[in-house]
This record gives sequence, C-alpha cells and structure tokens, in this order.
Amino acid sequence: MAQHNGGQPAPLLAVENLNISFTHPGGETAITRDVSFTVAPGERVGVVGESGCGKSVTGLALMGLLPKRTARVRGQIRFQDRDLASLPAREMRRLRGREISMIFQEPMSALDPVFTVGEQLTETLRAHEKISRKEARQRAIAALEEVGIPSPHTRIDEYPYQFSGGMRQRVMIAMALICRPKLVIADEPTTALDVTVQAQITDLLCEISETTGTALLFITHDLGVVAETCSRLLTMYAGQVVESAPVDDVLRRPRHPYSSGLLRSLPGLSERGSRLPSIPGRVPAPDRMPAGCRFQARCPHAIDGCEQPQPLLEIHGARLARCWRTDQLQLPGAVNE
Amino acid sequence: MVTRVKQRMVATRLLQALPILVLATFIVFSLMQLIPGDVAVTLAGENASVERIAQIREAYGLNQPFLAQYGQWLWNAAHGDLGVSLLSGEPVGDTIARTFPNTLMVALYAVILSVLIGVPLGIISATRSGSPLDSGIMGAASLGVAVPNFWFGMILVLYLGLTLKWFPATGFVSPFEDFSQAIWFATLPALALCTNGIAEVARQLRSSLVEIQSSQHVRTLHAKGLSPARILWLHGLKNVSVNLLTVVGLLFSKILAATVVVEAVFAIPGIGSSIVNAVLQGDFPVVQGAVLAMVITVIVVNLATDLLCTVLDPRINEL
Repeated sequence: MAQHNGGQPAPLLAVENLNISFTHPGGETAITRDVSFTVAPGERVGVVGESGCGKSVTGLALMGLLPKRTARVRGQIRFQDRDLASLPAREMRRLRGREISMIFQEPMSALDPVFTVGEQLTETLRAHEKISRKEARQRAIAALEEVGIPSPHTRIDEYPYQFSGGMRQRVMIAMALICRPKLVIADEPTTALDVTVQAQITDLLCEISETTGTALLFITHDLGVVAETCSRLLTMYAGQVVESAPVDDVLRRPRHPYSSGLLRSLPGLSERGSRLPSIPGRVPAPDRMPAGCRFQARCPHAIDGCEQPQPLLEIHGARLARCWRTDQLQLPGAVNE
Repeated sequence: MVTRVKQRMVATRLLQALPILVLATFIVFSLMQLIPGDVAVTLAGENASVERIAQIREAYGLNQPFLAQYGQWLWNAAHGDLGVSLLSGEPVGDTIARTFPNTLMVALYAVILSVLIGVPLGIISATRSGSPLDSGIMGAASLGVAVPNFWFGMILVLYLGLTLKWFPATGFVSPFEDFSQAIWFATLPALALCTNGIAEVARQLRSSLVEIQSSQHVRTLHAKGLSPARILWLHGLKNVSVNLLTVVGLLFSKILAATVVVEAVFAIPGIGSSIVNAVLQGDFPVVQGAVLAMVITVIVVNLATDLLCTVLDPRINEL
C-alpha cells in the first residue's frame, strides 16, 4: 500500500489499487492500473500527466460519476471511514456535493443554461441541508462574494450565459464549496479559460482551500500550476502512478524519467532560442501495454531489465517512484541547484 | 422594459405575417383557376342558355381578368368583407364562425392527446434507453409516423366505433351545445389525428432527453448530489421544454391541415369539409376565407410558441 505519510494523521482519502476499465462489445479496456495514493486533510495534491493517462477518469471514479453501464471500478477508495467504491448509490449521492465535490474543465457547458446561478447554488445547499429558501439565498450570495463575483446581490438572479468564462468558473467553485466539503476535485479547472484568467482562478482555489481547510486534488497537465498551488505531486503515465513526491523535491530532482521529461519540456526553463525539449514517441495504446515499465519505449535511460514489472519503490520514506533505476539516475528537474 | 421589447417583437412579427397572408391566398386563388369546371355553369342550373351563363359571369365578376378578381377579393378582405358563398349566399364570415370552432376543437383535442400520450412514452424511453421497452416504444413510434391518419381513422371507426361501440363512429356535436357530448363524439377523429403526433412527440422528447442526460451540465448536477428524480423532472424537462414546445407548435399546424381529410372520414361539419366542398364546386370566396382563417391561426400559434420559448429559455431573446 502506498502509505507514505507515516506519523501524520489518518489520510482523508486513501485510494488503493484502483483499477478502472471500460467494457465494450469487443471486450474490456483497462484505463488505470493499481492506482494508489492518499490525500491528507487540507492537503493540496497535484495530479499531472498527458491526456489519456487516466487522471480525469480517476477523478470521476472518486465521485462515483463514471457511467455505470460501461465502467468497471475495482479497488478501494477509502474516504474517511467509508469505501466509496462499494458505497450504495443513495449514500454516495449524500456525500457528493456535501463532503466531496468536483469542479469541471468547461465552465461554459458545466452549468445548467436554463436555471439562474442562484437557483443552482441554493439547490445544492437544500439537497444536503435543512434550511429555508431565504437562508439558502443568503448563503448563496455569501458564496458568490467569497469567490470574488462583484455585486452578488444582483448577479445571483442572472443566468450562466450572462457570465464570462472566468466568472462562470468562479460560480462553479462557489457551488463546489458551498456545503464546505472536505475534498474538492478540480479537473483541469483552468484549461478552458483565457491565460489572463487562469492564474486568478488558480489563486482563488488555493486561497479558499487554505482558509476553509478543504483538501484539493488538482488534476492538470500544467506543472507550473502544481508548483504554485500544491504541496505534493502525483505523476501519472499510461494509467499508472509513476511518481509521488513533495512538489519542491520533484522540481529539484525528479525520480522518474517521465516526470523529468515533463519538467524539462516546460517553456521558460530552457534557454531562450533553443529548441524546447520534448518527450519522443507516444503513450502505448491501452490494449498494448508492455508488461514491464510502460515508459520504456520513450525513455532515454531504458536498459535491459526495464521489461520487468515495475513496483512503486519507496525512496527515503516520503517519495515513491516506479523505476528500478531511480537510484542510479541523476535526472534533471526544473530547478537547478 | 423587457415587456416593451417583447411588444415590439410581437408587432414586428405580425407585420411580417401580412405578406405571408397575401402570398398564401394568392397561391390558393391561382390554383382555383386551374381546377376544371365553371361555377357559373353550376349556378345557372341545368339547360341554361349561353346568354344566361354569360350574365351570371358578368354579375359575379367572373369575366374579369384573374389579377383583377384577386385584387378585388384582397381589397374587400382587407376591409373585413370576405364576401358571400357563390352557391348558398351565406356570408363567408358566418361559414367560418360556424365551422372553424368544430375544427379547432378536434385539432386541439388531438394535440392534447399527442402530448398526454407522447410525453410519458418519450420519458419512459429516455430513462430506459437501450432496453427492450425503449426499442418497442420507438419501433411503434416509427410506425406511427409512417401510418396515414385517414387510414388509421377508418380502422378506428371499424374497431372502436362499430365493433366495440365504445365511441360513436360518425356524427358531431357542437362544443357550444353540449361540451361533454362534443368531446365524446370528437374522440375517434382526435385519435385518428394524433397517431403521428404521439409518435413525433415521443421520438423528439426521447432524443432530446437522452442528449441532455449525457450533457456536461447534467454531470454537474449529479456531482452536486441531486436525486435522479430531480435531475430528470426539473432540470431535464425544463431543458427540453423548448424543443418540445417547438414540436407541438409544428404539430398543431400539421394536424390542422390533416383535419381536411379526417373531417371527411368522420363527417364533421368543420372548416376542412367546407374547403373540400367549396373547392369541388369552385366556390372561391369560401375557399379563400377558410384558407385565410387557417393561415392566421397557424401564424398566431407559431408566434405564441415562440413567445413561450423566450420565457422557458432565457438565452432566446430574439423572436
């Protein structure tokens, strides 16, 4: 099990050996393989990886939002004292929006277009708490104020189409946080936004998580965002967690060649005018996963032995890496000492 | 402020309707010219002399050029005078007032039946999409779209009317005389008219509900922990209501047109059968007046549905 914060309080969320697959007429395709990680109360954890690595699917699985007909979820999702993977639908519904909530990528289409922002905020509250309409409205106005929406008293009666993309994402954040959940899963919350707005939204999420003590699982492909907001980084590759480490450590010295590659391909780090380093090749198709290291075909450090199955190795207690050569390699990070 | 904008939009739409009215009546008038037979010959009676027929032509203005005749009709109609029937002498306005309510009642009854039966079927199909029940309903709906309603009407008369004797096979009671009897007599015609409607409403509702349920904002609703019932009945239905309303609006026009045939099958003294008789006898003032009444009704219904759509979906603020 991936228990790497020994000595600290019990984790809020402990995912163990999460295997998600989708069934289709031709059989079953595995999306994630033995994903394990923990999130401590109030902790901000970044999950990075290129598209298709299973990070969004993992987020949806935690919420119990994968299509029931086609998705198979195996493994354990321990949230406080319950296993979400085996929780009955009715109880899962009671948790969603109250204890765990989610912010989605597309604020343009994630809000119901024919209901006012206020109606959508108050219905979340009233689904989970016994409060009057008036009280719910007051709380909704306060929530809009908290996420920095100007004149919330009037904007609460407006429809989503009357808000800009950034403002809609603020509404989404207000909605996700209105019941004061213990964990918020943010699935690429800034990807669809203007660059100028991205930083504002990231800062807002960070700030709210700090003031309310809400843990944050920040799914993104933007390492820069993780570096700014999170304390720990999970790197996922081809459905597996390949590295888990405190953000500062991984920036200084990544312990998996894929993390290193991601960090090296960040613009701004390489010399001006030089070609931006990239990782050659592409992720193997889900049905053609090699038995050993899934990154070996693209890895500059691959040697004989990489075709063996790779467990997550513990490094000095606080870090994990899925690479048997990790101690032999001196991988470059984003920060040079 | 908003209402003022809406008032202006309604006024614009009504003004836009005027050319449509002129065009529709002009086309009908032109088509009437192509129909064989001469109303003057009919009016003159058997064994009438050529002079007598010419006299009648002269008296009714039938010897004037086509455009002049249409112009005269249009001028009078614009002043509220739809003329009199060439054959019976009854003012066309009275004919419309006598027959149109009957047609409207049957058409409205058919629309209501389409919604009352089609909406539950669509919801059942959408919530169980992919199940045998869904396939069954959708299969029946495809059949319902394809079946001609006059044929289905005759089957209904045979089975429900003559074999089971649940409903009167033919005949009609005016809704102004005895409303419950009127509904009783109108049931078979309405059933015959609504088969296509039920099918269309069910199919459209199913497809828009299925689409909405897999949309991102419905995923958000699940993420908020709302109950599936609330998501379907409140959010789902409000989201598809504009689509549904548009379908129902179009359906009304289609059903109104179909009454022409169904009224003949059931012997209903409606405007449809008036049109058929008038066309056969070349009684053009009646045809023109009846068509005008139908076109105005369709335009008003379309305008009303569009107005309702702006209420249901705040994003629509243009008519």
